[in-house]
Amino acid sequence: MLEARDLSVSRGGVPVLTGVSFKLTTQTAMILRGPNGSGKTTLLRTLAGLQPASSGDVIVEPDTLAYAAHSDGIKATLTVTENLTFWAQTFGHDDIGAALTAFDLLALRDRAASALSAGQKRRLGLARMVVTRRPVWLLDEPTVSLDTRAVATFAHAVRAHLARGGAVLIATHIDLGFEGETLDLAPLKARPGELLGFDEAFS
Amino acid sequence: MASIWEYANPKKFIDTTDRVIPSLWIISMVFVVLGLGWGFFFTPDDFRQGSTVKIIYIHVPSAFVAINAWLMMLVASLIWIVRRHHVSALAARAAAPVGIVMTLIALVTGALWGQPMWGTWWVWDPRLTSFLILFLFYLGYFALWQAVENPDTAADLTAVLCLVGSVFAFLSRYAVIFWNQGLHQGATLSMDKKENISDVFWYPLLLSLAGFTLLFLVLVLVRTQTEIRARRMHALEMRERLAE
Amino acid sequence: MRALFWRDIMLALRAGGGFGLGLAFFLIVVTLVPLALGPNPELLSRVAAGILWLGALLACLLSLDRIFALDWEDGTLELLATSPVPLEGLVGIKALAHWITTGVPLVCVAPVLGGLLNLPASGYLWLVAGLFVGTPALSMIGAFGAALTVGLKRGSLLLSLLVLPLYVPTLIFGAEVARRGAAGLDVQTPLLLLTGITLGTLACLPFAAAAVLRVNLR
Repeated sequence: MLEARDLSVSRGGVPVLTGVSFKLTTQTAMILRGPNGSGKTTLLRTLAGLQPASSGDVIVEPDTLAYAAHSDGIKATLTVTENLTFWAQTFGHDDIGAALTAFDLLALRDRAASALSAGQKRRLGLARMVVTRRPVWLLDEPTVSLDTRAVATFAHAVRAHLARGGAVLIATHIDLGFEGETLDLAPLKARPGELLGFDEAFS
Repeated sequence: MASIWEYANPKKFIDTTDRVIPSLWIISMVFVVLGLGWGFFFTPDDFRQGSTVKIIYIHVPSAFVAINAWLMMLVASLIWIVRRHHVSALAARAAAPVGIVMTLIALVTGALWGQPMWGTWWVWDPRLTSFLILFLFYLGYFALWQAVENPDTAADLTAVLCLVGSVFAFLSRYAVIFWNQGLHQGATLSMDKKENISDVFWYPLLLSLAGFTLLFLVLVLVRTQTEIRARRMHALEMRERLAE
Repeated sequence: MRALFWRDIMLALRAGGGFGLGLAFFLIVVTLVPLALGPNPELLSRVAAGILWLGALLACLLSLDRIFALDWEDGTLELLATSPVPLEGLVGIKALAHWITTGVPLVCVAPVLGGLLNLPASGYLWLVAGLFVGTPALSMIGAFGAALTVGLKRGSLLLSLLVLPLYVPTLIFGAEVARRGAAGLDVQTPLLLLTGITLGTLACLPFAAAAVLRVNLR
């Protein structure tokens, strides 16, 4: 569903990863591992199409990716329902029931987002992935500020998504407790010798 | 195959311009000195304007360069957007301060000229006003370059600003003419120049025009070299950070 | 896109200051002018049209950096860029929402403030018409400027520096419509030119602004 071929990515003109190749097939989860600054976020942003790759290809059907960044894009003055409905409408429908149930947000439905705790906000942000109705999820550190129970809820939601024929790529440090391939980014770190693109001309 | 785009390679650009710059300095200085010298000391005073008219040898060339510097930035920005040659973006960046200074010179000499002629330092005449607006466009463009840290992002943003700004500068020019028909004499530089200015004044003016244009060229080349080297430093620093 | 529009309007309403701030600023400018120039009604009626245009322009400028900055800070912009909404459409919608929350209220109160400045009776119609036609261009140009400066730390000062020169043609033609209207002259030419600038701006700038947003999101 999502394939990277010999992908190189850079952040602010500095190459961070080279030779990233993987294939994400339906009903699988892939975990991105690597220390801080190893380029997990940069890779996910490149896959999501927010920034161009320095070289290599990303092969993906159009309109199949949904991306969750560090920040959840939640408006503090809107209620949980309003926030989710907005995203649902952006993706062309307005059914948010499934998302509310999946992330255990029914009780918080009418609460203003400003009154949510960090963990609750995160759950709301992740619930957005359900309303996108897109098969491939790219998740960047999804479990930050989630407690054990919420992590379990999240893992459950991901499994349900996989069972529906979806796929997920998760950058995370913790063990989420589900079967999946692991992609370790540490060996793919770009070396100074392999400066990419125009910088050669400048050095 | 030789192609003009070969010079878009920073190394090639620096090598070539290194060879050209010294002689360009000399030629441009010769032209400027000849034009200004001839204009200041060997032309008769105007029968109406007296010796004040001689400021024309600075005023007109600097105004000419100020406008054409913007056009050059526009072309360089287009090249950057279409072909992604970094030298092009850096040349646009290099031209901006030169353009700012030239615009300032044109404005100041205009004020100095206007005082004895019109009896005032400044009037809200279309030409003067357009120039002031051009100055504001230059300032905005340059400030944007300064404000953005990532050099590629800065190049992209300023290139789009230059494009949009050019359209609006053009519109402003006509809006200002519409707004106030002014005191300023018609263009000094036009095909039927004989009607505006006699040969005695024309030839030294041509010389100093050429001089200012060459001076602009050499300044932009030198500044582009500086920008390229600064960029190279940046690249080296990045490389070092990567090695850590 | 409709969802985006209503969300923006709702945010402006809830956050407070969406409608009010620009209007209050407009009122303050109009109050300060007679204090600075003296209360002479004749003088005021002569400069009224220009002052109202200038006030509207500055009031518009005041809220520009909110167009994208808030969505940038909480990550919404990044997520919207990966959603099916095209960025060009997003810019257009944002500019429209800005116009509804800032431009339209300004147009509505302009006649009242015109009364404070002794605007001649013949001027009201053309002042309002000119503002109505011209303020969309102010919002759209402003959205472009906001897109340029969205990721910058000291963006709002730079934003004014970038946007104000771009406002020149609109200001000139808009104020000219109001001035000629107040003097009872023919307003057709400047009004048509003003309309032309607004339409051209609305047609082209969303693309430039979207291109710039993409660069800033990289």
